[in-house]
Amino acid sequence: MLVRDDDRTVITMANDFQGDARDFAVVVPVPTLVERGQVNVADMALIDHLDAYTAPRLVEYHDPDPCRSYERMEELASARVPMAQASEDAAAARKRGVTIEATYTVGEYDILVLSAEDSGGLVAWLTANGYRLPAGAEPVVRSYLRQDMRFFVAKVNLEEQARLGYTKLRPLQVAYESPRFMLPIRLGTVNAQGAQELFVYALTRSGRVETTNYRTVRLPSDTEVPEFVEEEFGEFYRALFSRQTEKQNGRAVFLEYAWDMAWCDPCAADPLSADELRRLGVFWISPPGGGAGRVAPQGQDVFVTRLHVRYDQAGFPEDLVFHETGDRSNFQGRYVIRRPWRAATSCDASAYYASVNERQEREARVLANLTGWELADIRERIRFLGEAGEPAQEPWWKRLWN
Amino acid sequence: MQTPALDPRHFQIAVLAILAAFGAAGLGIDIRPLHLVVVAAVALGTQYLAGRLAGLARFDPLSALVTTLSLTILLRTDGPGLAALAALLAIGSKFLLRVRGKHLFNPANFAIVTLMLASDGAWISTGQWGSAALGALALSGLGWLVLTRARRAETTVAFLATFAALLTARALLLGDPLAIVFHHLSNGALLIFAFFMISDPKTTPDAAAGRLLFGAIVAGLAFAIQFLAYRPYGPLLALYACAPLTPLLDCLLGGARYRWVASSLFKFTRQEKSDATHATRGLGRNDAVPVRHRAGLLRLLRRPRGHRAVQPGLAGRAGPR
Repeated sequence: MLVRDDDRTVITMANDFQGDARDFAVVVPVPTLVERGQVNVADMALIDHLDAYTAPRLVEYHDPDPCRSYERMEELASARVPMAQASEDAAAARKRGVTIEATYTVGEYDILVLSAEDSGGLVAWLTANGYRLPAGAEPVVRSYLRQDMRFFVAKVNLEEQARLGYTKLRPLQVAYESPRFMLPIRLGTVNAQGAQELFVYALTRSGRVETTNYRTVRLPSDTEVPEFVEEEFGEFYRALFSRQTEKQNGRAVFLEYAWDMAWCDPCAADPLSADELRRLGVFWISPPGGGAGRVAPQGQDVFVTRLHVRYDQAGFPEDLVFHETGDRSNFQGRYVIRRPWRAATSCDASAYYASVNERQEREARVLANLTGWELADIRERIRFLGEAGEPAQEPWWKRLWN
Repeated sequence: MQTPALDPRHFQIAVLAILAAFGAAGLGIDIRPLHLVVVAAVALGTQYLAGRLAGLARFDPLSALVTTLSLTILLRTDGPGLAALAALLAIGSKFLLRVRGKHLFNPANFAIVTLMLASDGAWISTGQWGSAALGALALSGLGWLVLTRARRAETTVAFLATFAALLTARALLLGDPLAIVFHHLSNGALLIFAFFMISDPKTTPDAAAGRLLFGAIVAGLAFAIQFLAYRPYGPLLALYACAPLTPLLDCLLGGARYRWVASSLFKFTRQEKSDATHATRGLGRNDAVPVRHRAGLLRLLRRPRGHRAVQPGLAGRAGPR
């Protein structure tokens, strides 16, 4: 999560670390020295909320009775795409040439800010202190050090964690000021355990955020998909994402959501309150004043961008560099299910049935194209609309050639 | 009013139009038809009116069209109003910001950077052209075609060579893989800049040596902006900042003023003597420069295959085209 205006940045790091907390550590290059007051531990619920608000959504429409003319309602469901973030394997060690610029405990985390004369010393120091760096990390560490970056190292203080009573790892927040609007991803690609997955939520003032050194591509959206997608929206979305990544040769960052935080339509979750935004690091929102019980105003002057990238060393040789554009147009990943009218009809609805069958066939092809799933399998799963609720007879030529 | 059959700008317009179409259709770049129409209308209108006011003999739409396409390809705005303003600034700058009879800024560059600095609603999307090796090759090829027609390749060559050298030096210093260097050099936006913007013969120095120097300086500044100050849009900002160097280099080095003329493919004129005369005349303002020698060097560099790039009959009139 990146909050940025001018050169001020607040980064919130959450990850999907599953193992024992004692094995957890974060090693992140940062462009400036980070002092105690610049670090905070956030509430995971904030990120979950933002994730839900920006998640791709499935919208459902019901066909009206073809024999009457009125509109029916709309419902919606949202998919919670699991969050994953490149968790740089970390570990520790000691050697000369390493300067501990700061050391403090924030919440359940012990934090060190390190700089070093040379990468070998730093890597050796980290290793000796029990941090595991991926094999081949040294040249990357060297590159960051020579760019005058520090290393922000955090690991869980088990005593503090027990005292505070948290069982899950909470996200770490760091506030700093630097012209560099970037996200270091190179440490995550060195050991090449397949591709890494990263979601970036950017909160800015003027407009959409995009990468300057890679293409930022809008995911296909606003398409009609077959009804059964509802049961497996998560799978559908992952397949769609994989397929689109392939299509871009694994070299693109995808835009999943871009919206003014003041509203949404349709909303996958309520917009975040001003208080929540502030706790996420949106520093230009004034702190809530006034008496108790005052309703926090809806977020304003905040534009959210959600980016999703699957990266590896070949497609993403260097770190993600961002810039803020003036584009305030809205975008969301939105997929539409249209329910046919399956109840009895009181008139000759054959024209309606034919049009629905045509639509279902079109949806099948769209789905195959979006996800790379087999067209035949998709057709199997579609309940083609037919007379009296029976699956319609497919035209005899449908399966002739494909 | 007759436009020469194969003005290099014809190639440039064709190539830029292909790029714009490919960007919109193939890369999903947000090129809005309304903006294109607005920019074209304002650019051509400004060119016509300003040309009348400046007393130009004829209305030449080619440069306005090149500017239109450059703005369409590179500049993104959140509304047609800013797009129109960009066109007005671009063409207006040609007529108003002039030094020694030459306009100072590349029109599209001036408009893009001025708007970007002044407004949140204008930006450029440097990553959107991708960095695929094949695309980079095709782009370079098309760019080269235009450059060789215009016979002013030195700026581009110097810019790209210097930028590549600096990137390589950085990678070696940091111990980074060369993949990062290639990633930057195959960036579509960088190549569009190098082949279609900095190459502009009307706003680069008249002498070949001046162009080499100019390209190298722009590259150095672009590199510093991007990799030392960590700011985006290095090349565009660098060209904007370096524009005042052009009259300075012209003053120091002289050289023949560029004219948009038909390609020698169809116009075989052989008047080398007057070419030299023309070059000499251009240098006359600076007595310290060894005139004959430079003119000879210039002719050598600018006349590959013995074709002529300069039409002497028109050489005295240097107006914005």
